Amino acid sequence: MELSNPATENRADETTTISAVSPNYITTRLDFLTNWARANSLWPMPFGTACCAIEYMATAASRFDIARFGMERQSFSPRQADVLICAGRLPFKLAPVIRRVWDQMPQPKWSISMGACASTGGIFDNYAMVQGIDTIIPVDVYVPGCPPRPEGLLYGILLLQKKIKGETIADDQLRVEKLVGPSGLFLPPERVDELSEPFGNSISQTRSA
Amino acid sequence: MTHLIPREPERSEGARGTLVSALRSEFGNGIERHLVSCGQTIVYVNRERSHDILAWLKDTAGQEFNYLTDITAVEYRDPERPLEVVYQLRSLGRKADLRVKVPLHQQNPLEVRSVYDLWRGADWLEREVYDMFGVVFVGHPDLRRILMWETYAEGYPLRKDFPLRGHFSRAEQTRQALAANPEAHYSLEELSIAEAYGELPQEMRDRLARGERGFLR
Repeated sequence: MELSNPATENRADETTTISAVSPNYITTRLDFLTNWARANSLWPMPFGTACCAIEYMATAASRFDIARFGMERQSFSPRQADVLICAGRLPFKLAPVIRRVWDQMPQPKWSISMGACASTGGIFDNYAMVQGIDTIIPVDVYVPGCPPRPEGLLYGILLLQKKIKGETIADDQLRVEKLVGPSGLFLPPERVDELSEPFGNSISQTRSA
Repeated sequence: MTHLIPREPERSEGARGTLVSALRSEFGNGIERHLVSCGQTIVYVNRERSHDILAWLKDTAGQEFNYLTDITAVEYRDPERPLEVVYQLRSLGRKADLRVKVPLHQQNPLEVRSVYDLWRGADWLEREVYDMFGVVFVGHPDLRRILMWETYAEGYPLRKDFPLRGHFSRAEQTRQALAANPEAHYSLEELSIAEAYGELPQEMRDRLARGERGFLR
């Protein structure tokens, strides 16, 4: 392709020539663009309560460096955060707190449940501990481990990015949050029992009871 | 390994005997029994006289147990044995320890006199024992739950008759926890620094007096 110098060209052809040489626009899908931007600039809201928070700090520090995945800025204000990372066990006393933090985060927002305790209650199958933070807030990615290694958390973050990249604005139910019903559960108790097996250290206790 | 631990004067038989015999001569039947376990002297005292005895241990010259290390309680699996409130005392000057136990027999109410007036540090320690065991400390200025939230209605978690997962169902526990409004239980005064005002630097007090809230001049 022959390049033309605008300075030597006829003024009437100038605009045509420049745009032919270096087009200053791109075409893309809106979904792809927004998801690309969102997935690669997730600002995490750390909710560290136990030993998982130590692994989370290791993940954030230079060796593992979640800044590589666009999580450069740790957001210690829920109002400027995109993803809530619950790292550690959650006692019932903190349940209204994490609920308030989650409610204060603006949409779009996601959450990662890091570790066995946050995901299921872990070894703490007792009176004081929430048996899985998904009974309090919705969860996008569960990271298993006790605690998970930084690689595990990074894999969870990559899974979350993959999930975000599959979202579409055509789905108008995507940001509609299902609230806890009068029974204290997201689903009717019989539906919960149908979906889940007995859990924790108990052979008789189900997630609805 | 015991020979490596420097031998403290109070660990000798003589000093220990002196302390217990002094207590016995001072309070008579108020001292129920005593024993030595792992080099620690444990004195069982009467519930009615516990406050007098602890005050005596704190204030008497030669005893001076001026530091309250911990207050806790223990309930045994044997239902015949009484629940015990345990005071771990320390004399900072003499480098001596003493454990005082107050058995709370079943026929009596679970009550013991507060030692908040002797050691201010007893404030939260007694609240914790109240929270976990339900022992009422008579005379405590602010006996509220401290670990569990204040509207917690399932009982006292460290008692032997308390099931590990609590009395309520998980769904009910979640519902109650989410209904708790933590901020409602604290007044603005409790959340302010008003009591520490006198300890602030003069320059900061001047700025606060002018109504400045930030740290900028």
